[in-house]
Amino acid sequence: MSKKVLMKGNEAIAEASIRAGLAGYFGYPITPQNEFTSYMSYHMPAKGRAFVQAESEVAAINMVYGAAATGCRVMTSSSSPGIALMQEAISYMCGAEVPAVIVNIMRGGPGLGNIGPSQGDYNQATRGGGNGDYKMIVYAPSTVQEAVDLTYNAFDVADKYKIPVFILGDGALGQMAEPVLLPEEKPEMKGDQGWGLSGAKGRDPRAVMSLRLAEGELRKHNWDLVSKFEKITEAETKYELTDTDYDVLIAAFGTSARVAKTAIRQLKEQGIKAALFRPITICPFPYAALAEAAKKAKKVLVAEMNTGQMLFDVKVAVEGAVPVEFMGCPGGESFSPEEITAKIKEMQG
Amino acid sequence: MSIVFQKPESLTEKTTIFCPGCSHGIIHRLVGEALDELELRETAVGVAPVGCAVLLYEYFRTDIVEAPHGRAPALATGIKRVRPDLTVFSYQGDGDLASIGMGEIMHAANRGEMITVIFVNNANYGMTGGQMAPTTLPGQRTTTTPTGRDCAAHGSPFRMAEIMGALEPVVYSARVSAATPAKIMKAKRAIKKAFQNQKDKKGFSFVEVLSTCPTNWGMTPLDAVQFVEKDMEAYYPLGVFKDADGGDK
Amino acid sequence: MIFESVMAGFGGQGILSAGMMLAHIASHKGLNVTWFPSYGAEQRGGTANCTVVISDLEIGSPIVTAPAYGLIMNMPSFNKFQPRFRKGAKAVLDTTLVDPSAVTRTDVEFYGLSAGDIARDLGNVKVANMVMIGGLLAVSGLFTLDEAVIELPNALSKKHHDLIPLNEQALSKGFSEIKKIN
Repeated sequence: MSKKVLMKGNEAIAEASIRAGLAGYFGYPITPQNEFTSYMSYHMPAKGRAFVQAESEVAAINMVYGAAATGCRVMTSSSSPGIALMQEAISYMCGAEVPAVIVNIMRGGPGLGNIGPSQGDYNQATRGGGNGDYKMIVYAPSTVQEAVDLTYNAFDVADKYKIPVFILGDGALGQMAEPVLLPEEKPEMKGDQGWGLSGAKGRDPRAVMSLRLAEGELRKHNWDLVSKFEKITEAETKYELTDTDYDVLIAAFGTSARVAKTAIRQLKEQGIKAALFRPITICPFPYAALAEAAKKAKKVLVAEMNTGQMLFDVKVAVEGAVPVEFMGCPGGESFSPEEITAKIKEMQG
Repeated sequence: MSIVFQKPESLTEKTTIFCPGCSHGIIHRLVGEALDELELRETAVGVAPVGCAVLLYEYFRTDIVEAPHGRAPALATGIKRVRPDLTVFSYQGDGDLASIGMGEIMHAANRGEMITVIFVNNANYGMTGGQMAPTTLPGQRTTTTPTGRDCAAHGSPFRMAEIMGALEPVVYSARVSAATPAKIMKAKRAIKKAFQNQKDKKGFSFVEVLSTCPTNWGMTPLDAVQFVEKDMEAYYPLGVFKDADGGDK
Repeated sequence: MIFESVMAGFGGQGILSAGMMLAHIASHKGLNVTWFPSYGAEQRGGTANCTVVISDLEIGSPIVTAPAYGLIMNMPSFNKFQPRFRKGAKAVLDTTLVDPSAVTRTDVEFYGLSAGDIARDLGNVKVANMVMIGGLLAVSGLFTLDEAVIELPNALSKKHHDLIPLNEQALSKGFSEIKKIN
């Protein structure tokens, strides 16, 4: 008998976060992530931990910033328009170097858009939606199990590098139920980690801030952030390549990648050799691995539920070595495996 | 030899860079004295605003986090909720608290967050060069109200201490003035009370301090003090607007 | 093995729970499964549907464009999904609300159960969805009736555990009374 439990993506990610030792959750309702906030509203207080339904996403992320500045393990979750509102504080957090986990269950945009699953926030997540020079670690899970595993680990990664970490899912991942194996429960992480604000008793006062006024100080700080991200790129970049022998390489992330996997199976039945290259960290993007994988293909197809955002990173990686084609499905909808299959057949001419 | 006067332990040795005649230095000192006297320095975490008080971490010998503009009450909420053992205060100006941060202060107060809020009202945006603030007086000239604040066009000034006092969960809301030594002594008592409430786990406490801004008002420090006493105190009455302990009204 | 299905009807008919029931059985047996609901505004009075994919292999797309199995509980859903079934698909219709004369596809096997009436006779119209699941099990051979019955305590929330015997009856009625339409 399997020890797996059947859970919706939103609830499974929330539970994984609690098991990672979460001390505080701050959020605001928005579809399609509502089960996340509801789950937290019950389970966090039941464990005597902090839960606040904030008055806005702006307030929620600033509560996260304040709580994260103490060194405690904290998070928020939202969906695209709400994440847009959070960008100011995320920029501050990156500048001030505080760890936190932020979950974006993406929906269709721009604007209010719709509530369907979308991948339209790729650029926002990987380029930094706030002001200034900064990058975050962005995981793009493809299944509920992977979302659970990546989120559980994301808190450690966030603490290790003192950086906000994004979990970029979409409405399909949040709403879908799959059987998952939940990780072991860790105790609540409430310490100051040696740098957090905990009261200046028997030590010098600590300041958590992004303001750097002295001449040359901000310049140096920005380059330090770049060096930190180089270390992150080296140690934390993750991807999946499904095969070693292929003519067509499909590059896709998250839900699109799942759909591509079904298409690849259909193509195999028809004698067409295709493989999937799936960035698991879309930031840092696995440029080198993709460049290597693309060399073995005759063509690369980028499939995304947007109008072509990761496409840019794929082109940068492939550097013109083979033709790169694109199929997109924006507007809160997903393409079918059959559509990908048809596109690849068309590419093969 | 006995020491009769010294800097509070809660403040650093740094000399402030506030303009001559500005009340911020006095208010910093009052907060420092209150933390000292209540023995709260070692548990204190201050939340700095965006504005003239942004350098809070230079002047306070306590842990400090610097908030995005107006969001200090949200940060304070986050800190206090995960670490209820800490003494959490925000120190905010009028643009920060009553304009861009109006949402955050209203909701933090209305949740009854166990924090202390020090609100410095000098009736204009100081750091950006003297623009109209939500507390700029009717008719008052600023760089964005060159002919004086026209309430028909810009709305009326917010009386924050009264607004806070009207919220059910708030345990203490007072308005004090930093204009004269006697008033400064009163201000000290209000600030101390606001921290005492947090120490006693009573709830959300708010102190509005009417403050000078001679540079941007285009006044001498003495004229600025007179402006606070004659003009500001006329629009913004001093007093306690809420005291759950039933203290002096 | 791969089982790709759609379940559809009105909100309130227990469509999503019916899908969850299958997902629970599959999960319990150690199979891979995805349950993906329509969500948001649609849950308020309109049509509700979910797709359930079950496989012993890794499941790619949770989105099913051409289902191989169906469980259809109202006319708007029937009109929507009849053209989408793949050739050779099998679908169970609740003939209390779906008019069997509307069947036009000859390359899809349709089966009927007056699930609403059966449930009402059992004493609770809300178990119509379990009647339908019973029918779908009979038609698909996906799981045995026993495998479904032992999963009822996991599939139903604790506050409904007093209804386990009724749900068991509903499953079994659906399983035995299913009839081919075309």
